Amino acid sequence: MTLSVDIAVRVGDFDLETCFESTGRVTSLFGRSGAGKTTALSAIAGLVRPHRGRIAIDGEVLFDRDARISVPVHRRRIGFVFQEARLFPHRTVHGNLIYGRRRARGRRWADYDEVVDLLGIRDLAPRRTAGLSGGEAQRVAIARALLASPRLLLLDEPLAAVDVARRNEILPYLETIRDRLNIPIVHVSHSADEVMRLADDVVLIDGGRSVASGPLNDIFAHPDVLHLTAQLDAGTTLEAKVIERDASGLCHLGHPAGTLVVHDPALTVGATVRIRIRARDVAIGVGETDGLSIRNRLAARITAIDEAQPPFVDVRLDCAGDALVARITAEAARALDIEVGREVTALVKTAAIGNRDSD
Amino acid sequence: MADIFSALTPAEWDAVILSLRVASLATVLSLPVGLVLAVILARTRFPGHLVLDGLVHLPLVMPPVVVGYLLLLALGRNGPLGAFLERTTGLVLAFDWTGAVVAAAIMGLPLMVRAIRLSCEGIDRRLESAAGTLGASPPAVFFSITLPLMLPGIIAGAVLMFARALGEFGATITFVGNIRGATQTIPSAIYENLQVPGGDPAALRLTVMAVIIAFAALLLSEALARRARRGERR
Repeated sequence: MTLSVDIAVRVGDFDLETCFESTGRVTSLFGRSGAGKTTALSAIAGLVRPHRGRIAIDGEVLFDRDARISVPVHRRRIGFVFQEARLFPHRTVHGNLIYGRRRARGRRWADYDEVVDLLGIRDLAPRRTAGLSGGEAQRVAIARALLASPRLLLLDEPLAAVDVARRNEILPYLETIRDRLNIPIVHVSHSADEVMRLADDVVLIDGGRSVASGPLNDIFAHPDVLHLTAQLDAGTTLEAKVIERDASGLCHLGHPAGTLVVHDPALTVGATVRIRIRARDVAIGVGETDGLSIRNRLAARITAIDEAQPPFVDVRLDCAGDALVARITAEAARALDIEVGREVTALVKTAAIGNRDSD
Repeated sequence: MADIFSALTPAEWDAVILSLRVASLATVLSLPVGLVLAVILARTRFPGHLVLDGLVHLPLVMPPVVVGYLLLLALGRNGPLGAFLERTTGLVLAFDWTGAVVAAAIMGLPLMVRAIRLSCEGIDRRLESAAGTLGASPPAVFFSITLPLMLPGIIAGAVLMFARALGEFGATITFVGNIRGATQTIPSAIYENLQVPGGDPAALRLTVMAVIIAFAALLLSEALARRARRGERR
């Protein structure tokens, strides 16, 4: 699926101009709260009308200001999961689930049993919506959107209205949907953690404008936007395979640049996982690095040194093809003779990895 | 209490039955009109909005006798609308029980519209946009989301209308008179009985009937409203 968006929207006195193309399974619109991310999603769904531009999915035009085309919301076949669950209070959970499903006759791909089981809500079906917890309500809302068999699913900060504990209850379900159902997702979030775990592509939005878009790690290691992503405490991600879990409960992950040791009880041996590493958690070692408590050592080559907010610099590293950023002081960089092209060791504390809800 | 039913004279029964018939018909007939007016007033903004709002509420603030007289002027046999109606359909509303239905409907309409409009304005419109993203067209959204959520207000509006229609006196007596067995409702029968010596027992019997009917309507509406609140569809 290709989603192409090039629009200008005005809601109240807020202006949003955004232009991006998405082909990934999960595209995250990432930026601070109030950056216009939700407005962008609403325009894609057809809930707000841009005053300029064009929106198309796989060449089918959903909106084109100049051609005076605007497909109404209910014919766009775009699922929307809102920040609040927005369940219909006069219907049971089951009544909510089948609401869109009935209307999708003839082009249904979502299987009721599969979706209900994926989200673990089978037992909730006969219940009234009023008695659901925030996490349960949000799972029902996700299932309801999926059961309408949309061709694209929009997630508007689906975890914003639930507390931190509930987030970790819902995130795995989103990962499962991404991996098991063949549906493209556009996701909005100001949580770096969420974006790192879910996204393939990222559109960075700042001050009502999309400032960069592309594959996840390209964006998060991109020098032009590093100051933005660093403010959002983004970091970069490495994909690694879980090799073993040792007696102390630590997981050993294999990566071409070295072995990573992380503490995460949720990991299963054999799985490929995404590890988020923030720039402030990465140190650089030159030469022999014995006598350190830090177990995670990745062979790296320096690709660039960028000025960050003084007194820091961001050292960009290439770890066997994956990007990593280390935020160190300018003084340390001078003392260690850090320069582009030099082979170094990237050091990451185990305790700094896998903390899934640091934000 | 059991005696009250056997104690009623045939003329009093006529009044009770006519009152029930007028109030029920007025409620049923004005429900679609009230619903449309309430939704228009709650959901749309247009130049004549304030005027329409005022017109709907006018019977609430005008003396009922004035409304009745205006009805007589417009819908009487010599009135422009009344003459037209008689010519085209043969229907004469003035001094007929059908005219009592019209009078009751007009007097009760503001109360009905207010109740329904409030419930419409109280609906979380974000639920409607959610329904849209699930593939429901605007009419489908109205019938599957908006209308069911308005139901408690619709029931309340209908009951208010029914009660107002049952008690309607001024406009009715002015427009259709007080003809025993033809246009005499409970209030006009009570009034007539109070005008003649020895009519007090009859007035009291009719009063008891009025209380019973009003109370039954109240209980029924409460039961319906509870079911509407609970009665989510599967």
